Parts: sequence; C-alpha cells; structure tokens
Amino acid sequence: MLLQGSEIVVRTLMEQGVDLVYGFPGGTVVDIYDALYQHQNDIRHVLTAHEQGATHAADGYARATGKVGVCIATSGPGATNLVTGIATAFLDSVPMVVITGNVALDNIGTDAFQEIDITGITLPITKHNYFVSDVNKLAPAIREAFVLACSGRPGPVLVDVTKNAQEDKTEWEQMPPAASEKTTQRYLREELVGAAEAINTSVRPYVYFGGGAISCGAQELIIELADAIDAPIGCSLMGISGVPTGHPRFLGMEGMHGRLASTLAMRESDCLIALGTRFNDRATGNRSNFKPGATIVHIDVDVSELSKNTSDSFALAGDLKVALQELLPLIRKRARTNWSEYVAGLRAQEAGVLDRREGLTPRNALLALGEHLDAATCVVADVGQHQMWAAQTLRFERPRTFVTSGGLGTMGFGLGAAIGAAMGTGRRSVLVIGDGGFYMCLNELATAVAERLPIVVLLMNNASLGMVRQWQRLFYGGRCNQTSLAGRKTDFVMLARAFGADGARVESLDDLREALDVAFRAQGPFLIDCAIDADELVLPMMPPGGTLDDVFYKVGE
Amino acid sequence: MTCSIRLVSSMERYTFAILVRNQSGVLNRVTSMFRRRQFNISSLTVSETESADLSRITVLFDGDEQAKQQLKSQLYKLPDIKVVSELDREQTVNCELLLIKLANSSAAARNDILDAAGAFEARVMDYARDAIILQLVGESRHIDNFIDLMRDYEILEICRTGVVSLQRGSAVMRNAKRL
Repeated sequence: MLLQGSEIVVRTLMEQGVDLVYGFPGGTVVDIYDALYQHQNDIRHVLTAHEQGATHAADGYARATGKVGVCIATSGPGATNLVTGIATAFLDSVPMVVITGNVALDNIGTDAFQEIDITGITLPITKHNYFVSDVNKLAPAIREAFVLACSGRPGPVLVDVTKNAQEDKTEWEQMPPAASEKTTQRYLREELVGAAEAINTSVRPYVYFGGGAISCGAQELIIELADAIDAPIGCSLMGISGVPTGHPRFLGMEGMHGRLASTLAMRESDCLIALGTRFNDRATGNRSNFKPGATIVHIDVDVSELSKNTSDSFALAGDLKVALQELLPLIRKRARTNWSEYVAGLRAQEAGVLDRREGLTPRNALLALGEHLDAATCVVADVGQHQMWAAQTLRFERPRTFVTSGGLGTMGFGLGAAIGAAMGTGRRSVLVIGDGGFYMCLNELATAVAERLPIVVLLMNNASLGMVRQWQRLFYGGRCNQTSLAGRKTDFVMLARAFGADGARVESLDDLREALDVAFRAQGPFLIDCAIDADELVLPMMPPGGTLDDVFYKVGE
Repeated sequence: MTCSIRLVSSMERYTFAILVRNQSGVLNRVTSMFRRRQFNISSLTVSETESADLSRITVLFDGDEQAKQQLKSQLYKLPDIKVVSELDREQTVNCELLLIKLANSSAAARNDILDAAGAFEARVMDYARDAIILQLVGESRHIDNFIDLMRDYEILEICRTGVVSLQRGSAVMRNAKRL
C-alpha cells in the first residue's frame, strides 16, 4: 500500500513487534508523532522529561526483558541529548533502536535550524547507523537496524530520517519481524578439544562469566560446567543475576570491588574459563600482570574481544550456549577436593571480614531492602559507591533482575532505567541511587509519576560524590575537592512530593524498615532519602592500576 | 595517513585489502574506527572495483600480530565490510603512483632530472619554463628512492596515491572466506 514515510516508520516498528517507545517530540519528528497518534492503540508512547531519560528507559526496558528497546527524538539538541544513553547501551551491549528526525535533504549541510550530523556523532557508539533521506530506503533501514541490534553481540543502532523522507510516499508491505542472524561458531574442532583438555587437566579451574552469559541465556550450562569440573563461579559486574546469588558454587563479583572469596579464588586458579566477558580494566586491574602463567579459555560472541585485553590460551568465538553445548561432552567429570576445600576456606575467611556493624550502614540498608525483593523484582543501580554496595550485598535469583551501567558508568542512568524496567516487567522496580547521580536524572520523577509507576527509590544520601571522594581519601592525600554536596540544602522528600510522588527521610535502620514497608505498598514512585555516612568506603578494593595481589580488604589499623 | 605512533613489540608492516559496500560514509566509518582504536595506518587508498556495489580499500598497517588480529576483527564488526584480506607481499603486485613537481631552474639541473627520470622510467607529464612534472609508477621503495634522488634539486610539490595491491595468479578477493 502507498504510505507516507512517517507512517512507514510507525508501521515498521509495529511489524517488528514494538508496542512501547520512549521519546520526546520536536520539529523534525512531528510527522512521526502524527503517525503515532493514529496508532496510539498499537504503540504506547511514553513522554520523558529529557531525551537522555528516554534512552535510559529504552535501555532499562531492553535489559530487563531481553527485547529491543526503542526511543525517538528530534534533530539537533534532541539527537545530541541521546548520546550518553546510546553510549551507555553500546558499552553494555544492549539491543536498542533509536529513531531521530533530521531536516529535509534540501537543507542538509546548510547548518539549518536544529540540523546536526547525528550519524557522524554516533558513529563510534553505535553498532551501525543509517542516514535515510529517501523514503524507499526507510523500511529496509529500520528492519536492518532491528536485525543488527539483536544479532551477535547486541547493541544500539540509530536511524536518522530526514523530514522529506517522512513526508514522501512509497509502497509498503508488512514483513515478518526480523529474526536475529544466526551466529557462526568460528573455531575448529581441534581448538575446542584443546580447550576441553586444558580444563580437564587443570587443578584449580575457575568459571568466570559476564553480561554475555545473560544476553544469550547460558546460565544453566555455566552451572553444568562448573558442577562437572567442581569449580567455583564468579562474574563481572555485568554478570550479576546471571547465576543465583545463593548458588553453592557462586562466589560473587570480581574486579576493583570484587568480593574477597571470588577475588582470591580467581587469583589462585590455574585455569580461568571466561564466558561472555571482555576483561574490562575494572575487572582485571593492570592488564599486563593479569593472571600470568594461567591458562585462559575464553569464549565470546565477539571475535574482537578475544585476546584483546588478555593473552587467551584458547579463544573460541561464537554463540556461548552453542560453544558450551559442544564443550560439555568433552569435559571429564571429576571432583577436585583440594580446590573445593580451599575455596570453602576462602568463604569462611570472607565471612570473617564481613562488615557486621550495627545501625544504618550501607550494607544493613541494602539487607533491609533485600528483605522486600522477590525473585522477579528488577533492581536498578545507578553509578557510584551505592552501585558497588548493591552489587556486593543484594541477592538475585533470576537473570535480568540486576540492571546497571557497567561499561560507561553513567551517573544519572538509574531513574530512566528503572522506568523502563518497571514498564518492561509490568511490576514494581527498585532503584538504588546516590545523591550525586539522582541530581542528574531526578527530572524523570515527572515521567514515573505520569505513568503511575511503582518504583521504590532508595536514595543512599551521603551528601557527597562518594566514589571519587573515596579515591581522594585513599590516593589523593585526603584532598576531597569538589566532592562534597553538603552545601546543597535539597529536601528530597519535599522534592518527591513536588513532583507528585511520595517519600520519607530515614536516619535509622528502624526508620528505614518502616519506610520500606510503605514504599513497597505505594501505588506510584516512593523515594526513601536514606542518610549514609560520607566516610563509608567500598571494600574490598583493588587500587587503580593494581593487580589481584594488591587488593585490600580494610583501611587503617 | 598516520593515526598515531606507538611502540609495539615486533612491529611489522601488513597489507590489507578490504572490500566494502560502495556507499557514502563507508570510508568515514573505517577511518573513524582506525582512529578510535589507535591503529597505525601508513597508507590508505580507496578505489572502485570490478563490481559497482563494492569499493576496495587498501591499507598499509604497522603493528604486531595481536594488533593485526584486532584490526581484522574490528573491521568485520562494521556491517558495510564484506571481505578483509591480508595480502602476502611475496604473492602480491603492489603499486603506487607519484607526481612530483620540480623547479626547472637551470639547464644543468634540467638535464640531471631528465636523466634520472629516464633511468627510473618516470614520464614527463608537464613541461613549463619554470617547472617540470614527472610521473612515476612502481613499488613504494622505488618511489622513495626516486624522491630521495630528487632532493638534490628543488622539489616544489609531491603527491602520492598510496599503495594499491592485487594478489598474483587467479585468486579473487570477493570469493575469500570471512575470518
């Protein structure tokens, strides 16, 4: 049928199974918004306070559901406001399709009003992008964008559509929704056998997985492998929720603020089996001194991640699930009693150094929050100290129930993502956020209120930019420059009420428990302004540029 | 085009031929990736090919084995890229074109320049009262040597195309297997 470009955008989104988009209208997308008006029963559009919030919401939706998140913005400032959100999704491999408008082709290159080269700007932070100025190329570009976004290593794809391409007409027929391209296993049988042999002959194997394990749903196979070889399991920040926190083999997160047992187990292992992870510098510390002499078996869907940051002994590129299915029959099942006993000892050691102080400590606050979490509740953590405390303390049952900006470390990611997670799962979501990050995205409270979303916001308020302050205290002679927010006199409860939400200020653990009871019954967003001591540290810590040997577990004494 | 200079262990020079979708912006995507990931590119040429849908990019890259693998796999992540082929120097015809403009200042200099041009099989493309333009086609080292020789005279301008390469025999790139 003959359709206008804007109508093609909306119908192609519908064809791809999209029923929810986040966005903000403007001059060069009015046509698309007009088409969305016609199809408001098919696609729900959520108006955010800021375009950045729209990208984080689409991102949170995608992370919580595994589906492709979609957002729309106008040209110029609308498009540039998306940049941080797109980069956030790119660094964490989140499938997202971003539609931007642009000025008509006649005006392209003239610095017309709100014209910006958004395909140029987003070149290094998208898997791919399209500049569409011909209506005939519109539907194919959007379809390709969906295929790319969810194929192989997922990521964001941007489609920039000029005004004329939205207004011109062409023939359009509905097609079946795009399926992701099948991933080819790019390794030889010998390499698989070699990897299996290395695992079989290892004495202290260690299974370490990342976000890739969650995006391809490999958690059961990972546990099967670890069971077969009697190995402990650890994960990167992005891997959290991939394996149930309470699983007897699971030691928790690795890295700069990794847990004691997992860090030491990784250090001692002679065979590191790395699955769907990319050995980010926050996970490895000093790359050149990471696990010298150990065998590294690395499986990832992205060939370019293999041997990029580490010297992999066996590098298998391909779908992680398929690779594990092929690897498992080659694995000899056996107990490794000495190693298991050693790991059990590490657990005991960890239990010994656990922060058991009473009162409203970060850990106690999160444990109190944890009592309200069921297996399906999605917890979003913003970026900073609270993020690390949450990653270390909270317990997760199911994949995709912990959402955080790991790669880019985007402060202000949280509220948008919590909106997307709540809408994607259709249930209450929880946001753990610091006061610094909350200042960056609090405008999206307006969106959460408008959509009546039951979001519990645990604002861990230490009146400072705690993570940077921690570095300043530990490594910069205590010169805490520009990291105190104590001069700000914001009343966060009044602020929440001003937005139409509700909240409570808590200064004791009992207060917090009471407030959580209220918050988890609230119909809409509820903010708990929770007082945290500014001197609290995130421990353990591997100092920047250090190695697994340099991790410290306490400060002073 | 030099993106950056970094010291890498066992640096070698590699030649890559890359077939890409013939679309606007593709060169930008490729060079942007080289810049962002700090690949050390010493020569880059783009040309049309036997097929209207494809362009061919020839790249000379300096790096170690690991950097070379990175370059290849990062290239393959760009959807516009169809085939990446590492060309073996022994099994490849490599060629570059030089245009050099020299001052036509004195009879003695002119005679020397034209003699050298004859010996190198360079062609005179323009002859004016005050300047001579020579064209030389050949391997890069051949061109380097000629430029070196010409430094004894007054070089006004130099323009080189960068290297283009084809595999010897009937091997055809577009049939090559991905990775």
